Amino acid sequence: MTEKASMRRVMVVLLGAASVALGACAAKRPAAAPPAAPAANEAAQGSGAGSANAAAGADEEAAGPQAGLLATHLVYFDFDSSEIKGTGTDVVAAHAKYLGGHPDTRVRLEGHTDERGSREYNIGLGERRAQSVRRALLLQGAADAQLSTVSYGEERPAVPGHDEAAWAKNRRVEIVYLAQPLPPK
Amino acid sequence: MRMRPIPASQLLSGRRGLAGALALLVVGLCATHDARAALQIEITSGVRDPVPIAIVPFARGVAADGGLDVAEVVQHDLEGSGRFRALRRERMPAMPTRADEIAAAVWKSAGSDYVVVGRVTGIEEGQLAVDFELLNTLTGARVAAQRFVGAPSALRNAAHRVSDVIYQKILGVRGAFATRIAYVAVDGSPPAQHYQLIVADADGANQRLVLESRFPLMSPSWSPDGQWLAYVSFETKHSGIYVQLVRSGERRQVSARAGVNGAPEWSPNGRKLALTLGGSGGNADIYILDLTSQELTRLTDDPAIDTEAVWAPDGRSLYFTSDRAGSAQIYQIPAQSGAHPRRITFGGGYNARPRVSPDGSQLAMVTLDNGVYRIAVQDLASGTVRVLSHGRLDESPSFAPNGATLIYSERDGERGALATVSTDGLTGLRLKAPQGEVREPAWGPFNP
Repeated sequence: MTEKASMRRVMVVLLGAASVALGACAAKRPAAAPPAAPAANEAAQGSGAGSANAAAGADEEAAGPQAGLLATHLVYFDFDSSEIKGTGTDVVAAHAKYLGGHPDTRVRLEGHTDERGSREYNIGLGERRAQSVRRALLLQGAADAQLSTVSYGEERPAVPGHDEAAWAKNRRVEIVYLAQPLPPK
Repeated sequence: MRMRPIPASQLLSGRRGLAGALALLVVGLCATHDARAALQIEITSGVRDPVPIAIVPFARGVAADGGLDVAEVVQHDLEGSGRFRALRRERMPAMPTRADEIAAAVWKSAGSDYVVVGRVTGIEEGQLAVDFELLNTLTGARVAAQRFVGAPSALRNAAHRVSDVIYQKILGVRGAFATRIAYVAVDGSPPAQHYQLIVADADGANQRLVLESRFPLMSPSWSPDGQWLAYVSFETKHSGIYVQLVRSGERRQVSARAGVNGAPEWSPNGRKLALTLGGSGGNADIYILDLTSQELTRLTDDPAIDTEAVWAPDGRSLYFTSDRAGSAQIYQIPAQSGAHPRRITFGGGYNARPRVSPDGSQLAMVTLDNGVYRIAVQDLASGTVRVLSHGRLDESPSFAPNGATLIYSERDGERGALATVSTDGLTGLRLKAPQGEVREPAWGPFNP
């Protein structure tokens, strides 16, 4: 290790973007953020770059109920676990009761993990957490048609930071109420 | 746009007419160059006795070269490999541009075992020719001489090809400087983040935006011919797998089934994708999607999380991550339905995200090592595991196509950066974005 440290040569090289603007090729910057929102699947032709941002639709979000425990839309988990625990149990029960009483209301269950471990494995773990909440809601009065799940794994942390305090806030399922109700039967 | 090599034999026999004819076949194409700030390179480790080499500034006979300093690009490539030490220009005893102008003994006493000289010249149809020669100062022998021809926009690529030849002639391993990497760049603070899929030269220069989104982009994977990228996008607020032609931006959705759609990896023949599907029940399993027939073959069926499949180079089996034994470990399974997986990793409580070396002999992975996540390589024949990286949250290893180096992502303070380490563990460097973070590097194949 000491040998490696003594070998350590730190050379910071700015690989100039200027040097790549060659010949007749005009430097061209693709659409800057936040881009206009073209329909998904329509990559901008010609520039070689595309913009992938969904237009508003059936998945538009709503504030949802806010009374009592219903104001809490987050369920937290232990490391590498999908078991609902502590106050999470009461939060899920309250939302299940609300959904049972409002059968045209829809929610999306978004599963998340902390940043540790590989990204696609964490997608699997986030999905497992969303499914854990889904099953608990079904058992307590919600109907299958009211529920959808998505896992973002570690890709959309709630808070920045790289310690246990941040990780604990990022291991979660978000119960997201959707604006568009289920069609009447 | 790629520079076309002309074998040294043709060059030596003076067949420049043929070189010119070949140049006419090279169709110019302007790449889209992004104005984003370039990645910064930091060399983090090198070998104890790097090869001393002098790379003399190339003669430049035309204005059309855009001012690119070819010798400087070659020097960055070779020093960045950790295996060469370049003589500083102000200490060079002379500025020759042809091998027959080199006084070998003078360079030998200046401490250089090798000298590189070269020329950039304009030829017909707006094409450039890059000629270089490599001289061994100990023997006085010219060990390489080659010409690359192409459009001015491909000059940087030609410089990387010069580096590839030098690396191979001196170290005996094909260089991988003239290759590309894909990676994900993320700006902004959670939860409002902006995601970009970017392709760059292997040294982090020459970046091109492939796709941007307000929703996560992840898991880029190169097709074996280097023309396409497969990746995961959440642009519909649901995961979907897409394939996109890098050059034109043309793309199509290949999977947006219920539940998880993740971890696409191209088969060695380019006709299939391995992927992870969760279904409405949420149980992640490995499938193979035939890109022509759209036929889906299920490989695993287990209540565990099965994901991150990658093909063995012969296409006959895949390696994947599964927590079926209680913690994430790596398994191998034949590429046919109904086959049974075999566990490959046994050391430690967490081994995930496998990648196979181009020769099929080694497995790179993320391993939990005394409480931190690091990149390790397991020799598949002996089972021996070596931990190669030194970070706390290292992930997403990807082999260079020559098998000599791995690129991966690490957390450097608050930000994600890319890093490389040679598979012998001796050399490494870091590629850092001036702002935001970069992650999930995927090293592309050799270009024809």
